[in-house]
Amino acid sequence: MSPATGVAARGLALGYGGEPVLEEVDFSAGAGTTVSVLGPNGGGKTTLFKGLLGELAPVRGTAATAGRPAYVAQTDRTRLDFPVTALDVALMGSLARGRWWLPPRRSDRALAREALERVGLADEAFTRFGQLSGGQRQRTLIARALVQDAAVLLLDEPLAGVDPASADRIEAVFAELRAEGRTLLVSTHDVESAARHDLVLCLNRRQVAFGPPAEVLVRQTLEATYGSEIVVIDDGTGSVRAIAVGHHAH
Amino acid sequence: MELLDLLLEPWRSGLERRALIEVVLLGLACGPLGFWVITYGLSYPAESLGHGLLPGLVIAALAGAPLLLGAAGGVAVGAAAVALAAHDERIGPDTATAVVVTGLFGAGTLIALSPDAPARLEELLFGDPLGVSDADLVAAAALATLGTLALAALHRPLCAVALDGPGATALGVAPARVRAGLLALLAAALAVAVQGLGSLLVLALIVGPALAVRRHARAPTRAMLAGGAVAALAGVAGLYASHHLGSAAGASVALTLCVAALAGAALPVRRAAAARARPGGG
Repeated sequence: MSPATGVAARGLALGYGGEPVLEEVDFSAGAGTTVSVLGPNGGGKTTLFKGLLGELAPVRGTAATAGRPAYVAQTDRTRLDFPVTALDVALMGSLARGRWWLPPRRSDRALAREALERVGLADEAFTRFGQLSGGQRQRTLIARALVQDAAVLLLDEPLAGVDPASADRIEAVFAELRAEGRTLLVSTHDVESAARHDLVLCLNRRQVAFGPPAEVLVRQTLEATYGSEIVVIDDGTGSVRAIAVGHHAH
Repeated sequence: MELLDLLLEPWRSGLERRALIEVVLLGLACGPLGFWVITYGLSYPAESLGHGLLPGLVIAALAGAPLLLGAAGGVAVGAAAVALAAHDERIGPDTATAVVVTGLFGAGTLIALSPDAPARLEELLFGDPLGVSDADLVAAAALATLGTLALAALHRPLCAVALDGPGATALGVAPARVRAGLLALLAAALAVAVQGLGSLLVLALIVGPALAVRRHARAPTRAMLAGGAVAALAGVAGLYASHHLGSAAGASVALTLCVAALAGAALPVRRAAAARARPGGG
């Protein structure tokens, strides 16, 4: 089953051969929606993405996306000593259209340049990927996803360790992609940035909650999601602030 | 004219001319491949397969069959044995590879040293570029041509997986298949190149040039071209050294390849690429 638009999981359980490490996942997000995927380390965010990418077959249930999703990894999981330029990396997005054995077309090159311009890196097209700042590398990987032109984008902590200028640019691109009718799943540890998305999916080895931020980002849900890793501060105005403790950012 | 004589003199003999063609062809084939072998962390498997194919070579030599056939069979058996042993999680892939390859190497030596075996072990271990046959030259030419075509076809998937495996998967590129394709190319290169450099020295041809250029190349294509050029030139330099010093040809070529690798590692890296791309020279 492949939804016409967006992402859908029904009774999904995923694992790595043994017991499922993530279960009871049941949510859907239509076109033009951004979903924040919130949870502690080991909570199942990466596992969910692997399931949606088809790298992991469901133990139970189903996972479906509109077409093949694009995936934006954390840049510290990429190889920084590999001698390719930002433009080369953006161009890799055209591999999704097949013809892998042939050089990229002229039109693909134009798309890659356009994508770099959209993420504010037109001037860095010929800079080596490994020499870019963390935020610039993240934007380059987003440019690769733009060239891939997927309807669904999965982004693994795209704002972690990113400089403020890059973060602003990335958030602006997210808004544009949403306006274009694409579905974005953005994993994060940051409760405040989660509040800026249309929907929030909380995972802690199972689905804890799913819904609009105002309903999901409440003390009870956050404590169920993070357990002892979080301190929730209720300021008495109905909104909560959450501070992660004992979390190792990466 | 004296210098010209010095340069041309070794190639007046038919044997040495063939050796020259062999090392240039092997260099053009193995130099570019070596870049990917190093990038994908396959130097140890490459060395292991080079050693593990010895029984195949020895059996072919004893049976009077083409050595290329023996090397190909040896690589296939060695790769299968390593893959099987690496499945045992109690041992771990590195230890499993070490044990299997040492076992295969020992078995090859044992067969070669059996009393009525022909005394060709030295040639099989260290190679003899001066003893290559027409068939070896044809095989080297085929490897250089088909290997280059295969690397050109695999170029984009190889780059995508090298940078970011999960990202490549999302683009529809299967990292396991790309690695398998690279391993198949490596196996073919070992089977052909072992005729010239032998089971023990063949690794130098694959890893040496790639190490020499890797830190200096600004793009994979440039690293591959430079690797091919360094491999061919170092091979020729090795043959000159062998001719003028009277040293063993295979070992001389292997040594010049290693010297090239050391020189490349010692040379400072030019930072021009970064300066060019960043106005203001940042």
